[in-house]
Amino acid sequence: MAENSDTKTDPVFIRIENVTKKFGSFTAVDNVSLDIGRGELFALLGGSGCGKTTLLRMLAGFEAPTSGRIMIDGQDMTGVAPFDRPVNMMFQSYALFPHMSVEKNVGYGLKHENMTDAQRKDRVRELLDMVQLTQFAARKPHQLSGGQRQRVALARALAKSPKVLLLDEPLGALDKKLREQTQFELMNIQDRLGITFIVVTHDQEEAMTLADRIAIMDRGVIRQVGTPTDIYEFPNSRFTADFIGSINLFDGTVAAIKAGKARITAPAAGCALEADTRYGLSTGDKVSVAVRPEKITISRGKPRSTAVNAVQGEVLDLGYFGKDSLYRVKLASGALVRVSKVNDQRLSEADRQVDWEDKVWLSWDARSAIVLPEERP
Amino acid sequence: MSAQDLAADNKAPAATGPGKFARWLNKDGWKRLVTGAPYLWLLVFFLAPFFIVAVISVSAAAYSIPPFTMPASWAALTENVATNFGYLIDDALYYTGYLNSLKIAANSTVLCLLIGYPMAYGIARSSGATRNILLLLIILPFWTSFLLRIYAWMGLLGNNGTINNVLVWLGIINEPIPMMNTEFAVYVGIVYSYLPFMILPLYANLERLDTTLNEAAMDLGSRPFRTFVDITLPLSLPGIIAGSMLVFIPATGEYVIPALLGRADSPMIGRVLFDEFFLNRDWPVASAVAVVLLFLLVVPIMIFNHYNAKAEGVE
Ligand SMILES: Nc1ncnc2c1ncn2[C@@H]1O[C@H](COP(=O)(O)OP(=O)(O)OP(=O)(O)O)[C@@H](O)[C@H]1O
Ligand SMILES: [Mg+2]
Repeated sequence: MAENSDTKTDPVFIRIENVTKKFGSFTAVDNVSLDIGRGELFALLGGSGCGKTTLLRMLAGFEAPTSGRIMIDGQDMTGVAPFDRPVNMMFQSYALFPHMSVEKNVGYGLKHENMTDAQRKDRVRELLDMVQLTQFAARKPHQLSGGQRQRVALARALAKSPKVLLLDEPLGALDKKLREQTQFELMNIQDRLGITFIVVTHDQEEAMTLADRIAIMDRGVIRQVGTPTDIYEFPNSRFTADFIGSINLFDGTVAAIKAGKARITAPAAGCALEADTRYGLSTGDKVSVAVRPEKITISRGKPRSTAVNAVQGEVLDLGYFGKDSLYRVKLASGALVRVSKVNDQRLSEADRQVDWEDKVWLSWDARSAIVLPEERP
Repeated sequence: MSAQDLAADNKAPAATGPGKFARWLNKDGWKRLVTGAPYLWLLVFFLAPFFIVAVISVSAAAYSIPPFTMPASWAALTENVATNFGYLIDDALYYTGYLNSLKIAANSTVLCLLIGYPMAYGIARSSGATRNILLLLIILPFWTSFLLRIYAWMGLLGNNGTINNVLVWLGIINEPIPMMNTEFAVYVGIVYSYLPFMILPLYANLERLDTTLNEAAMDLGSRPFRTFVDITLPLSLPGIIAGSMLVFIPATGEYVIPALLGRADSPMIGRVLFDEFFLNRDWPVASAVAVVLLFLLVVPIMIFNHYNAKAEGVE
């Protein structure tokens, strides 16, 4: 599944080989293999309960894989205790020590480091500076806001300059604004320190913003690995297509293939479809054609060519979101198509070009659509 | 009856009758009643008896029923205080009694802690079904009368008791080891009796501790023992304090265990108190002993609480 995306040239730093984790008869992580490069910011993205935390805990050493193995920097981690791993973790709940001050929390990992008291103090100060918490050094965790706690947790996890930092939903508790700001801080820190970050999240926007590469997880299985662009523009399955962003899907059959383009008949669309394909398809295959809402042009007038990828419908409803508008268009077949349009001109409601109940044309480029193989069960 | 039914019942009197009491109840009376109950309890069962004891302790002994006369004047009162409390200083019996009690209670508390902590820890870390069984086992002794259990220890520890008999029979010893009526027996009795009071609050505390904190410490390089010292131990301090108080306070005033298992020549203060009341029938001196004991226990706790609250406030 990862064959099309592992093009990163960084040397492999973390290798997860056929790792499976079972809790009793329940498989939380199912035969996962992943290679992560040195200095990469890698995101694990998936819904609740899909095994993200479990995978991270195996990397940190809190859970042992039922089968398979994990290599970090060429070393087999099987049987290596958490306190001996070159890995630090930022916990989903932060897990700050409630009886220790911010300073003590951040410096905790340095106790075991071979350094003088003065060096240790300097290091703590430097870390607190980095996360802008110097004036809170003496406070206890319960006297901090959620965002400040999160930064203490980050500073504490970075204190020992680990080779790998595992972050379990690091920004889960923050509001949208602070979250975006912290995302950039995280990226800056990662860039500056060159540490490999593995970030767990269930927020796709967060994964897209942060990560060099993303792995999409579903029920313990990795469905796709790739750069944000790969994942968004070239999903390899209906699952990832649907999981990331919103998308229109038409089920159909391949009628003809030529020059990397497939001709598909899809009754729901009500027109001939043509789309790029990356997969070895043959005529007669059952497929879905996927088109993102923003790649569809909506107009009252007839487009230049209506031979393929052009269909008429009626605007069912219209949502105005400031920077863009979202239309839901009902086709003759009854199928609903979502279309989004950037509001690149300032128009009052009266001059709106497309309105409720208008008859409109939808059209898109063959390169903007993608053919997905039928879902494997 | 569901909570809703209860709420409906509470409202009912106000709706039907314009009773003043009912209206008061509905306003904030319930809250006051509930929060006031402990204070009432304290007043009736602690402060009032203590007041009586305090009054007797400043009275003069007399051949009457009851065997004391209350002071009629301020001068009489100060004189009574001087005599009754003076006894406690003059006669070595009293202060050795106090010291003996405090020593035995302190040692027993430490022993209970050393034995109880690992047990509480083990129970808190065990899983569902096992945990319930273990907790049940801790509480099980309470099904039998306390006195009966101490008698059982007499049967176990005596020169002709089970332990000595078995040891002699096994050939490990030739002569029975004298264990009854020794300090050792008192320790056995106190530690045995009060262990659950140490384990239960410790368990309640340890069970609540977030184990991800331990994982975080290990993640930062601490081995299991270091993790215990740095994380678990300080966070279980409230449980240690609660358990220690529950053992130390009643153990200091313990009467039955030293009376049945201990030596007669170095009594604990409970025994002194008992003798003063029932053998000497000197109620005022006995009350003075009780008052001093109370202050000995309450004052350090109050000081401790004060500093504790202060420390938390500063935090
Ligand atoms: N110790 C355990 N014993 C039994 N089942 C477990 C255990 N830990 C996790 N699981 C199960 O494994 C699955 C994956 O859990 P995990 O915590 O990895 O999910 P997650 O992807 O991190 O979800 P979330 O986004 O909600 O944090 C869940 O169904 C969970 O119930
Ligand atoms: Mg999780």
